[in-house]
Amino acid sequence: MAVVTLTIDDKPVSARAGDSVLAAAREAGIRIPTLCHLDGVSEAAACRLCLVQVEGRGRLQAACVTETAEGMIVRTQTDTLREYRRMILELLFTEGNHVCAVCVANGNCELQSLAAELGMDHVRYPYLNPARPVDVTHKQYAIDHNRCILCTRCVRTCDEIEGAHTWDVAGRGTLSHIVADMGQPWGESVTCTSCGKCVQACPTGALFRQGSTVAEMTKDREKLGDLVTARRDKKWTV
Amino acid sequence: MKRIIIDPVTRIEGHAKISLFVGDDGRIADARFHVVEFRGFERFCVGRPFGEMPSLTARVCGICPVSHLLCSAKTGDAILGVRPPAAAVKLRRAMNLGQILQSHALSFFHLSSPDLLLGFDSGPAKRNVFGVIQSHPDLARAGIRLRQFGQDVIERLGGRKIHPAWAVPGGVREAASEETCRELLDRLPEARATVQTALGFIKKYLDAHTEEVEVFGNHPSLYMALVRPADHGWEHHDGVLRITDHTGKVVADDIDPADYRTHIAEEVERDSYLKSPYYRPLGYPGGAYRVGPLARLNVCTTIGTPLADAELVEFRQRAGGVANSAFLYHLARAIEMLACTEWLERHLTDPEIRSPRHRAEAGVNNLEAVGCSEAPRGTLFHHYTVDEHGLLTSVNLIIATGQNNLPMNRTITQIAQHYIRDTSAIPEGFLNRVEHGIRCYDPCLSCSTHAHGQMPLHVQLIGADGGVIAEVKR
Repeated sequence: MAVVTLTIDDKPVSARAGDSVLAAAREAGIRIPTLCHLDGVSEAAACRLCLVQVEGRGRLQAACVTETAEGMIVRTQTDTLREYRRMILELLFTEGNHVCAVCVANGNCELQSLAAELGMDHVRYPYLNPARPVDVTHKQYAIDHNRCILCTRCVRTCDEIEGAHTWDVAGRGTLSHIVADMGQPWGESVTCTSCGKCVQACPTGALFRQGSTVAEMTKDREKLGDLVTARRDKKWTV
Repeated sequence: MKRIIIDPVTRIEGHAKISLFVGDDGRIADARFHVVEFRGFERFCVGRPFGEMPSLTARVCGICPVSHLLCSAKTGDAILGVRPPAAAVKLRRAMNLGQILQSHALSFFHLSSPDLLLGFDSGPAKRNVFGVIQSHPDLARAGIRLRQFGQDVIERLGGRKIHPAWAVPGGVREAASEETCRELLDRLPEARATVQTALGFIKKYLDAHTEEVEVFGNHPSLYMALVRPADHGWEHHDGVLRITDHTGKVVADDIDPADYRTHIAEEVERDSYLKSPYYRPLGYPGGAYRVGPLARLNVCTTIGTPLADAELVEFRQRAGGVANSAFLYHLARAIEMLACTEWLERHLTDPEIRSPRHRAEAGVNNLEAVGCSEAPRGTLFHHYTVDEHGLLTSVNLIIATGQNNLPMNRTITQIAQHYIRDTSAIPEGFLNRVEHGIRCYDPCLSCSTHAHGQMPLHVQLIGADGGVIAEVKR
């Protein structure tokens, strides 16, 4: 296995060739904030929170889809990056309707905890207050589009882990939204297996168990990565 | 016609102003209480899953979030079509008692006692809870601790003092632990002693201030409250509605709260965001009725606990039967605080509130439901309709304070006419009396915990030609 050596935040780091900067940084104990990344599924590079500066490259790079290279010099914590990450969070908050106080995922939400971690103490942009629906047609689960940040974790989880590909993204720009099958009410979807993996994958309270009330929706996201690892390593093969 | 505006009205929960209209003879002709804030809960909750409503509507207020939490959870019970387990009902009752206790303590010690302890004419800079702390430190400390006790009942049961997300459609999320019950029971005697001190003070004050009892909202009206179905006793969580008149005659009885629209209609006025409900058979505005502590004590047969029942007998003797003066709200609140300590003791010593069976689960079984409970300030209704999946299609909230709207207008008119004889020069203390008429009802204008004790009071006297004749600022 080829190994590359690079520098992340002045720390020499070695990684397997082909690893992403995000994976190399995590292995070295360097935290880069993410929202759309989920262990066990492919990368989407949708949220742009993992942007890093790579010396010699003019543009900021998304660490999750940037391959490590020999001699690469990466910075994950600069004033510019911190400012951009806060700005991204502010834009996510203005684009949807995120009301933590009455959300099922209050206290268990990655968007909320990142906002706290990255010091997003106010929002500088006008809120769009979009009118978005809630789909509670499924017997066990529900999707509240107001809380969706379009990270597409559910889409990738359903496709790559469950193999059902119930979820997809429809529309463009701020009108983009998650659809079940070809835009059916979730409860009428013929492909959904009701496995609930998408609910676990969701970083916010957009996907939740029916009947959950404020702060009741805890999620066990690590299970999905464990599941993929166990399958790959044939842990459950008899 | 001239108009005097008191804006903002201070030491109440919310934003409001009062207009006093001066007739051509120079006397006060009419008075209006305007609620100038707009909340919009009935509109923006539409489209949300009904299970979110207890927490959503709890955010209406930081003083009485529990009232909305419980009333909404009850409405949710009806949508599910379930009867919550007995433990859940007792736990909800215990929390409501804690809520009534802390809210009444706030009303008396923090908001109204400055007028009663320091005097209506004392300087406005001192006439607030800090002035009371200076002049009556022991009473102020006891009052603050009493409110804290009520808050702690809420926190120990629901996990937090304000906006606990604990009551849910079908029951409650968690039962009480043995430790919670024991610790709260240990603190009950101190709370009860404070209530008794306050009660003694109010009674002495009433003995010496008969003019206030005569003038502060002493007028006939109907009274409405929940009562226990079996004996028509004092009730705060379940039960049936009873309406009586100013002589004590029962006008309507054993009303199922779900049937409220047969008896109550709502009028919207142009100059206030507060709706004005009235008793439908008598029309608007003749069907004005009062709710809250005064109404609850007027309509019930007994309270059902020994200390509070003894006080109820004395209360009725003092009022000469039915209490028609809004000033007696203060005494009614104190008696209810005593009742809360007694009923709390019963619930906290009941082993059933520690039962693990406290939440019933079901799907959407009714598409329309009404929930009703007694908030500290009076009867509260939540009325929802949902689609087949449980998304709200309409929401109607009838808030206690709204139901007191028409009587509050009448009360401030009466006070203004009595005290303000010469509209060319109005001493500040007179305007404070008008404000206190509102405080008697302890209105909660749903704006959380803003304390307006130090806010400026701005009064303008405007002549018939629109010019300002006199202006007072503080």
